Amino acid sequence: MTERLESREKVTGAARYAFEYPVENVAYAAAVQASVGRGEVLSVDIEAAQRLPGVLAVLSHENAPRVDSEPDGELALFQSRTVSYRGQFVAAVIGETLETAREAARLVRVEYAAEDPDVRLRTDHPGLYKPDKVNPVFPADTELGEPEAAFTDSAVRVDVTYTTPAEHNNPMEPHTTLALWDKDGSLLLYDSTQGASSVQSTIAKVFGLDPTQVRVIAPHVGGGFGSKGSPRPNVVLAAMGARVTGRPVKFAVPRQQMFATTGYRTPTVQRFRLGADPDGRLNAILHDVFEQTSTVREFAEQTATPTRTMYQAPNRRTSHRLVALDVPTPSWMRAPGETPGMYALESVMDELAVVTGVDPVELRVRNDTDREPESGLPFSSRNLVACLQEGADRFGWAGRDPAPGVRREGRRLVGTGVAASTYPAYMQPGRAIARAEPDGTFTVRIAAADIGTGARTALTLIAAETLKEDIDRVTVEIGDSAFPRASVAGGSSGTASWGTAVVRACESLRGRLNGEVPPEGLEASADTSAEVKNRDEYARHAFGAQFAEVEVDADTAEICVRRMLGVFAVGRVLNPMTARSQFIGGMTMGIGMALMEESVMDGEFGDYLNRDLAQYHVPSCADVRDVDAFWVEESDPHLNPMGSKGIGEIGIVGAAAAVGNAVHHATGVRVRDLPITPARLLPHL
Amino acid sequence: MDSEATPVHADLTLVVNGREHRLNVDTRASLLDVLREDIGLTGSKKGCDHGQCGACTVLIEGRRANACLALAVAHDGAEVVTVEGLADGERLSPVQEAFIENDAFQCGYCTPGQLCSATGMLDEVDQGWPSAVTADVSTEPVLDDDEIRERMSGNLCRCGAYVGIVAAVRAGARSREAAEA
Repeated sequence: MTERLESREKVTGAARYAFEYPVENVAYAAAVQASVGRGEVLSVDIEAAQRLPGVLAVLSHENAPRVDSEPDGELALFQSRTVSYRGQFVAAVIGETLETAREAARLVRVEYAAEDPDVRLRTDHPGLYKPDKVNPVFPADTELGEPEAAFTDSAVRVDVTYTTPAEHNNPMEPHTTLALWDKDGSLLLYDSTQGASSVQSTIAKVFGLDPTQVRVIAPHVGGGFGSKGSPRPNVVLAAMGARVTGRPVKFAVPRQQMFATTGYRTPTVQRFRLGADPDGRLNAILHDVFEQTSTVREFAEQTATPTRTMYQAPNRRTSHRLVALDVPTPSWMRAPGETPGMYALESVMDELAVVTGVDPVELRVRNDTDREPESGLPFSSRNLVACLQEGADRFGWAGRDPAPGVRREGRRLVGTGVAASTYPAYMQPGRAIARAEPDGTFTVRIAAADIGTGARTALTLIAAETLKEDIDRVTVEIGDSAFPRASVAGGSSGTASWGTAVVRACESLRGRLNGEVPPEGLEASADTSAEVKNRDEYARHAFGAQFAEVEVDADTAEICVRRMLGVFAVGRVLNPMTARSQFIGGMTMGIGMALMEESVMDGEFGDYLNRDLAQYHVPSCADVRDVDAFWVEESDPHLNPMGSKGIGEIGIVGAAAAVGNAVHHATGVRVRDLPITPARLLPHL
Repeated sequence: MDSEATPVHADLTLVVNGREHRLNVDTRASLLDVLREDIGLTGSKKGCDHGQCGACTVLIEGRRANACLALAVAHDGAEVVTVEGLADGERLSPVQEAFIENDAFQCGYCTPGQLCSATGMLDEVDQGWPSAVTADVSTEPVLDDDEIRERMSGNLCRCGAYVGIVAAVRAGARSREAAEA
């Protein structure tokens, strides 16, 4: 149990985030968003804005520096007249103060040639297509056996469609950049990012620089949940503003503007067909997914991929169909693919349990498999059953009456639900440097990110263990692209990837240490590219089981999650204190997904209607009662030197299904469209 | 129009964490922006700038408030305590200690607001203020977990550290009591 190493800084306000670096002569940016959903900018009238005292520059496609848009169309800021979605940045003001910049942005008059935007995701949209791959590199479609025929021939059939809405990451710290150009043409960015190295290389490309000319500093990041996994337009805007004005410029995307410009989870429509024998053994699984992307950049969420991993069935199919709409560009949000996909799979498994009369825990045990069903690969470890069983014991599942809608406590209907969790154990290549100082201390440097995951602490534990030194003698420095290149904090791969580089650098250093450290210190570095490339072929996934108890007010349909319990199998847990927080944090976000989170598309004008935290509801303290997380012992030699699987995302996977299944058990009503709000539930009570 | 948009500045005195600051501020500036941009106390965070997330919570005259919703110019002479002022020198407050011990934060961005809010909230309870979940408002409120959750619900945490936050506030309240006894 190790407390976060930056704890003291975080509770005293000393931890600096991107906007907070003291810089001389800094100027402020404010952005103007497109007020039409599709069309062209005809003119940008900046006269009124420019007359304001303290306005340094007004940027739009008419005068913005040219940049290379190849890495990501969203970064081609002010490069054309085209408006691809409502809310897209079309102009920006740089001002002496925040107040002036905001006031001036309000005075910029943009005229458009507007067209009707096409913003509704429908399963009969003529523009639906099969993407070449789904995020990051999975096939869009898979098929084994004869799924359609096997489904038709099955004794028990469930054929249902689930939908999930657009959801926004909403990290507490907005996407923020402070940009400074040096006289020598180099660019310094204090950025709120999940990956300093990737911002460095991407932004270098955008501005036509050598990567060594860009430095990105991000020691503390106020959450990201995927939305800061790649640079968003704020980075380009700040850098452009700084270049044009010759001043350092900072820009934090206002919360309202984040809903259009910083990414979100695509809405999904998922048709599921399960064919089974009367005792619940699956014979056919068909999972067909419909989702959206923007016209600016394709992002194809891998929603059906967990279905390829979870349960045995000889006949199976998954498919993804995408349509490019005039909408903001979707992107990564905590466990992209697994989160919406497992919501649907684990809900439909609950429906199968109800139809067959098989206990939902037992149904999942019955369909467990020791090989990944579609790849045929053996699992490096798979302890789903252990999680289900330990969770059932801890939760008090035994003796549960399966009958829905029969437990009443006064006005409240009470029910329980279970769902499984899974997330891949990814690993990315990277580098690290370890140094021994003559005073007996050690410093390890790697451009990793701690966005609240506890990565700094975990890496320090890993380094100390490898060096066989006390943790107090070891410092791990992260969050700076000047350190050895590291992968993004994403895909729950941070600790596995960076930790391996840290282990290898520390091992190499130990090999060189024999007694005295020379006055200049001793250094060793490592690059894990070959190690990552040459791993044996296994299906590597974490698993888990989540249990929820809800009460539903029979008169108002208000839903309260009384308690929630998760048990996970994630290899070796490196720091129990922060690991528990990661699991519970993910489960908490899952409560939000189940009951409140929904970004509502404006069908007429485009963009999301609810654009702040008063309208886009995330769980508050009162929504989260008794939530706890545990893990089973799991020893897996096929992962990495630490024996660990990623833990940042699995907590949200399955959480919404566990809550939804509990709502069904409480009320007898199956709501198949998230979130399960009183408005959706009440008409059926 | 033009003259209306010309910034108006006003002299202002703020006492922040016991230290007096004489300032000349844009009358449009929020207390939060003055703290962060003019005084350089960046501990108070901007999460939404609309009073919806609580990351900017500070204590104004001892009561918790969203600094983003407070116009600086309307607080001439006010005593403000920010997260930087909660510790006694190097000694952390009981609530700060409890936040560390209970891992009541992850990214840390909502933490300063949570801490100021918890500090102000415990004073409110000491003074006998009821909350929306206090069953009998005529009696002294008892700070159970339901009360903590209700009273801390103005401070959002997207990392989902609420379980730790409730445990930390509970523990912080106990050690405050012990220190006062």
